[in-house]
Amino acid sequence: MATLNNYLLVSGLLFAIGLAGVVLRRNIIVIFMCLELMLSAANLTLVAFSRFHPSHGLPESNGQILVFFVITVAAAEVAVGLAIIVALFRARQTLSTDDLTSMKG
Amino acid sequence: MPSYLFWLFSIVMLGGGVAVIALRNPVSSALAVVTCFIGLAGLFVGLSAFFVGVIQILVYTGAVMVLFIFIIMLLDLKAGAKRAKPVVPIVAALTLAIAFIAQLAGVLSHTPDTAAPALDPAALAQASSELVDAGTIAATGKIATALNAGSLPDVHLIGRALFTDYNLPLQIIGVLLLVATVGAVTLSKKTQE
Repeated sequence: MATLNNYLLVSGLLFAIGLAGVVLRRNIIVIFMCLELMLSAANLTLVAFSRFHPSHGLPESNGQILVFFVITVAAAEVAVGLAIIVALFRARQTLSTDDLTSMKG
Repeated sequence: MPSYLFWLFSIVMLGGGVAVIALRNPVSSALAVVTCFIGLAGLFVGLSAFFVGVIQILVYTGAVMVLFIFIIMLLDLKAGAKRAKPVVPIVAALTLAIAFIAQLAGVLSHTPDTAAPALDPAALAQASSELVDAGTIAATGKIATALNAGSLPDVHLIGRALFTDYNLPLQIIGVLLLVATVGAVTLSKKTQE
């Protein structure tokens, strides 16, 4: 049986992969997908805690409801974010963060 | 969940995650994210969170990633041109990731490890009688019936909490989705000069 620390380690690894991707990649869509990976890593932690710290012997449903809300907000965020990316591409004809430096100090 | 399934789904998930940042073509990255999320949904089901596992597949791999792939195809992105890879971002990314994992390993090595509490028929029947005594669920309701029959009514439990304790947040999140839809339409509309 996998223990709580196994799940926390795996979710931390997924978060680290997402963090490395945000710093490393130059395509803004791939950066956005890495943000989704980090959100999902947090979701895995929440579900693991809800299973391993039960209330009345059942998995804690508060934790899973928080995951439900996180997924909903992430879906809304993706819809708006991708619309912004499309508008950005129309204006600048590029999605590389190397070329999008007009706000760089 | 047996150990080997946990490690199988973990490897699928982490392999997908590494492929996201290793592959050059954005479409390949998007499909790697889909692989990663399927492994993650397997882990959710292994944690007895069936509802979350199903919405992970439906919402993330079904809707969100299709939207990503749709936008990538719409913008007709070429695979990233071969540029000289600057060393600084690679070093920064590796340092950040390794520092994070080292800290996590340090914390976990001092944390007492717990095994998952059993969800066998005896424990479920005990949970059912506790919830009935606390007045949370009706003695003859669907949740109590399923618990006494030895199955975990995951969707019913979450639905009950969602529509009683979390009724206001649920309606607020509905408004948020409406605002996001309107915002996405407004943003992607061509401005009339």
